[in-house]
Amino acid sequence: MNLVQNFPFLSIILTLSGGVVCSVLKGSNARKYCYFVLTSVLVGSLLTMAYVLSTGESYVYMMGHFPAPWGNEIRVGVLETIMASLFSGIMLLSLMGGMHHIFEDTEDTKSNLYFTLVSLLSASLLALVYTNDLFTGYVFVEINTIASCALVMIRYRSGKALVATVRYLFMSLLGSGLFLIGITILYDITGHLLMENIAQSVSVLFQTGTYAFPLSVVVVLFSMGLAIKSACFPFHTWLPGAHGNATVSSSSILSGLVLKGYIFLLIKIFYRVIGMNIIFHERATNVLFIFGVFAMIIGSIKAIQEKDLKRMLAYSSVAQIGYIFLGIGLGTEAGIAAACLHIIVHAITKPMLFTACGGFMDVSGGSKKFSDIQGAGLRDKLSGIAFIVGAMSMIGIPFFAGFISKVYLTTAAIEYSSIKTVVALAALAISTLLNACYYIPAMLVLFTHPKTEKVHTHPRSKEMSLSLYIFIGLNFLMGCFSQPIVNAVIQGIAMFR
Amino acid sequence: MIQLFINYYETVAVIIFSIGFTTMLLNRNLIKKIIGFNFMDCAIYLFLACKGYVEGRKAPIIIDGVQSMEAYINPVPSGLVLTGIVVSVSVTAFLLALTIRLYYRYHTLDIEEIIVLSKKEED
Repeated sequence: MNLVQNFPFLSIILTLSGGVVCSVLKGSNARKYCYFVLTSVLVGSLLTMAYVLSTGESYVYMMGHFPAPWGNEIRVGVLETIMASLFSGIMLLSLMGGMHHIFEDTEDTKSNLYFTLVSLLSASLLALVYTNDLFTGYVFVEINTIASCALVMIRYRSGKALVATVRYLFMSLLGSGLFLIGITILYDITGHLLMENIAQSVSVLFQTGTYAFPLSVVVVLFSMGLAIKSACFPFHTWLPGAHGNATVSSSSILSGLVLKGYIFLLIKIFYRVIGMNIIFHERATNVLFIFGVFAMIIGSIKAIQEKDLKRMLAYSSVAQIGYIFLGIGLGTEAGIAAACLHIIVHAITKPMLFTACGGFMDVSGGSKKFSDIQGAGLRDKLSGIAFIVGAMSMIGIPFFAGFISKVYLTTAAIEYSSIKTVVALAALAISTLLNACYYIPAMLVLFTHPKTEKVHTHPRSKEMSLSLYIFIGLNFLMGCFSQPIVNAVIQGIAMFR
Repeated sequence: MIQLFINYYETVAVIIFSIGFTTMLLNRNLIKKIIGFNFMDCAIYLFLACKGYVEGRKAPIIIDGVQSMEAYINPVPSGLVLTGIVVSVSVTAFLLALTIRLYYRYHTLDIEEIIVLSKKEED
C-alpha cells in the first residue's frame, strides 16, 4: 500500500483529534493549531487527488482488520478528493477572513471552543465525503448538525442568533430523523450497511420486484431528509436566520460548505447506494428538479426584498442551492457534473461575499443594514473589489467562476431534451436576471458616497486581506482555466459507477 | 392489512415516530419539542431492535460454548441502536442547554413568543 493512500483516513483522525486538543488550548494557540490541522489536511487531500488522478481508479481503505461485509470502509475517488481539498481549503480561508470577528463575538475565555467546533465540523465533512458506510454517514451527519448549530449559537450576545440556532437545530433534527429511518428500512430489506453491498442487493430487489414499496419509501426519506438539511426549497425557512445572524466565519462556513456536505452525500447515495436507474424509476429526480426551480426563483425574489446585506446573501444561497438541485434533478451524468461544479463555484464565491460583508461591517459600526453600509465599498476598497468579483460570479458574467457552472448547467439541460429543458432554461434565465436585480443595487449602495462620513472603526487584518486576495484569485482561476477541474469532476463521477 | 398486526412492533414504532415528528414540527413549547425528538429517535430504535430480533434466539453472547449462528439474534441492529442512543443523548443535552439559555433571556418556552421578543430586542 502506498503512503498517500493513508492520507484520507489520517486527515479525518487529525481533524477529530484537533477538536479535543483545541478544547484545552488557549484561544490564540487553538487558532494556530487549527490552521496547522486544516493546512495539513489540505496538502494531504491535494496529494491524494494527484495520486488518484495518476492511477485513474478509486480505492477502498479498510478501517480495522475486518474485510468487506463486516468492517467499516472509506472510499477514495477523484470527486471525493476534490471535495475534501475544497472543504479544507475554504474552511481555512473562511476562518482567516473572519478571524477578529471570532474573537470579538465569543466569550473571552471560550474563543478556543470555536476552533474545537471548526475541527469537528471539518472532521464530519471529510467523513461524509469519504465514508463508504451508510451508518457512519448518519453519525457524522449528526456531528455536523451539532457543530454547525453551535457555530451559530456561539455569538452569544445576540438573541436572534440563539433563536436562529433553535430553529436550525429542530429542522436539522427532523431531517436526520428521516434519514435515519431511511437507513433502518434499507438495512432491513438489504441486510447491509456498506454502500457496494447495499447497491448489489438493491439492484437484485429491483429486478425481482420484491420490496418495491419500501424501496420507494427509502428513496423519499433520503431525498427529503437531506433536502431539509441542505435547505432546499420549501425547507429553507431556517437558513436566512441562521446564516444572517452568525458571526462572519460561521456564515461563510455554513453556506459555503455545510450545505454542500449533505448534497454531496445525497449524490453519493443516488449513485452508489440506490443506483441512478432506480432513482429515475421512482421519479425522485423530478421532485428535486421542481424544488430546485422554485428555489432559484423564490430565493432570488426574497433576496430582492431584503434590507440587510447578510440576509440577502443568505437568500441568495437558497437560490444557488436551487441551481445545484436543478442539476441533480436533471439526473443525467452531465447534470450531476454541473451540480458538482456549482458546488465548487458556490463554495469559492459565497464565503468571499460573506468575508467582504464582514469587512463592510467593520467600517460601518458593525451594522449590516443597507442604510448603514452606504459607501462601505469605498472605505474598505479590497472588500469592495471582492464583493464585485463575487457578485459578478453569482450573476454569471464570463471570466468569473459562476459563468462556468451556468454554462455546464445549460448544456446539460439542452442535452436532456424534454419538457425539463424548457423549464430549466427558463428558470436559469429568470434567476440570472433576478440575481442581477439584487446584486447590482447592493453594489450601487456600497459604492455611493454617504452623506455623513463614518469613522474607520477597525483596520483590516493581514489575514483577512490575504484570504480575500486568495478568494479573488481562485475565482478568476476557476473562471478562466476551468477545464482541468471540469475534466476531473467528470472523471470522478465516472468512478462512482 | 393483516401484516400490520403480525408485525405489530413495527406498526407501533411507525406510529410513535409520527407522533414524535409532528410534535417536534408543530408544538410551540420547546420542552415538548425536545420530548417529541426523543419519541422520534426511540421509535427508530424500537424499529431497529425488533428487526434484529429472531423469535426464540438469545442475545449474541457466547456463554455455554455454543458457536452455532442459529442460536443467536443479529447483533448489528443492537450495535446501531447503541450508537444512535449516544447521538440522541448528546443532541438532547445540546437542545436542553440552548433552551435554558433562551429561558433565562426571555422567560418563556414558547418559540413563537421568543421569536417576537428577539425581534423587538434588536430593533
